[in-house]
Amino acid sequence: MNAWAAIRTIMKRELAGYFTSPIAYVFLVIFLLLTGFFTFTIGNFFERGEASLVSFFTWHPWLYLFLVPAAGMRLWSEERRLGTMELLLTMPVTTWQAIIGKFLASWLFLALALALTFPVAITVNYFGDPDNGVIFAGYVGSLMLAGAYLAVSCMTSALTRNQVISFILSVMICLFLILAGYSPVTDLLSQYASPVVVEIVAAFSVMTHFEGFQRGVLDTRDVVFFASVIGFMLFVTGVIIRNQRAG
Amino acid sequence: MIKVEHLVKAFGPKLAVNDVSFSVERGEVLGFLGPNGAGKSTTMRMVTGYYPPTSGRITVGGHDMVENPIAAKRLIGYLPENAPGYADMTVNGFLNFCAELRGLQGDARKRAVHRAVELCFLENVLYQSIDTLSKGYKHRTCLAQSLIHDPDVLILDEPTDGLDPNQKHEVRGLIKRLGESKVVIFSTHILEEVEAACSRVIIIDRGHIVASGTPAELKARSPEGKLDEVFRAITLPDTVKHDVSHEVHA
Repeated sequence: MNAWAAIRTIMKRELAGYFTSPIAYVFLVIFLLLTGFFTFTIGNFFERGEASLVSFFTWHPWLYLFLVPAAGMRLWSEERRLGTMELLLTMPVTTWQAIIGKFLASWLFLALALALTFPVAITVNYFGDPDNGVIFAGYVGSLMLAGAYLAVSCMTSALTRNQVISFILSVMICLFLILAGYSPVTDLLSQYASPVVVEIVAAFSVMTHFEGFQRGVLDTRDVVFFASVIGFMLFVTGVIIRNQRAG
Repeated sequence: MIKVEHLVKAFGPKLAVNDVSFSVERGEVLGFLGPNGAGKSTTMRMVTGYYPPTSGRITVGGHDMVENPIAAKRLIGYLPENAPGYADMTVNGFLNFCAELRGLQGDARKRAVHRAVELCFLENVLYQSIDTLSKGYKHRTCLAQSLIHDPDVLILDEPTDGLDPNQKHEVRGLIKRLGESKVVIFSTHILEEVEAACSRVIIIDRGHIVASGTPAELKARSPEGKLDEVFRAITLPDTVKHDVSHEVHA
């Protein structure tokens, strides 16, 4: 069996797993309610009088902070708790195929949740004349951001069989990825450190790289940043899983 | 078919398996006997490619498990201890998933699932989710998974654990039948099982092979010809405090 067929099989099972349990429905409903609430109530979508989705995308790093770890916390910890990890990894598939298959399934699920926010895009097009290129870039950025958080959750879920621990660890790491470039924090930091240091710390933040997408700029550096976070976290996941078995 | 040479597995300073060697050919049913914590499961996990060995060599059908794991794993059907399964899947969904991972597609997959379901008597629970199954059915579902691709090598970790006497009898019969054309390695701590199904026995204690031979040969070691006496004579109960020093790496 070739690598892609193995990845697809694992992906299909994982994705179906969201929908055979209530997780998918609870997640989708809460995600849509919260995006609506943040965009229209807290983000003052209408009062802004702007034909843009800034008030929609601004909240994504914070919203994902809790929702993405919730979607990703079970990826590996559940396999360990049930003992199915032993079954999966003695099948003729490599650890990498299993990691990528599981990650893609969850990412696809998050993409579905994001796609279901399409009424927001329709609304803004109905009331005004927004730049749909900017909106598209915003969606791409949001998806990359979700992928980065998800890769973190994937890594933390490989660390433990306890989903709560996996969730909390993941939220903490994602919070760091936000705060490193969050302006109140960088302002505070710049009082004590040289601008170079502040810039280096901020470069590790998802905020810095997410902003570009919101302005409608598809910068290769931002794409590379998110891709590297995903790649690195999945690599660490692989190392963790290998080390657990090595004893 | 399976060749295991000087297998060692260390978890930190503790040697779970210490210099285990054996080989099994087609048509043999090898029983792994030993007290709890003797290293049976650890050995099986290494042979199936789940744990990488600390040192030593495993070849399955000529493929080295460390260097060429995918080719080696293809030949093996494995029932892990406690018969795990994805709780939220139906039996049918689970078996189809496993068949697909084994590279079976379309009609071949349907036939394989059907065959495994028949062998393990799962017709009644086919569309039930795994977490609602009784222990016996859950066990047989996982056993069905190990048979799905009609493997040359079957490795079963405590295949009769948690089954009722009828089911135990059924599974022993199945092991014996399958053993005629395949390699079967199974572990147990039930001595009667060994006599009922094995052509050869290895007794493991504290990571070492302490005895090996046919059930008849082992029985001959005891004056009364009873296997459990032999077993008790050569393995230490875990209630006895033993000298830890020989387990620690120098």
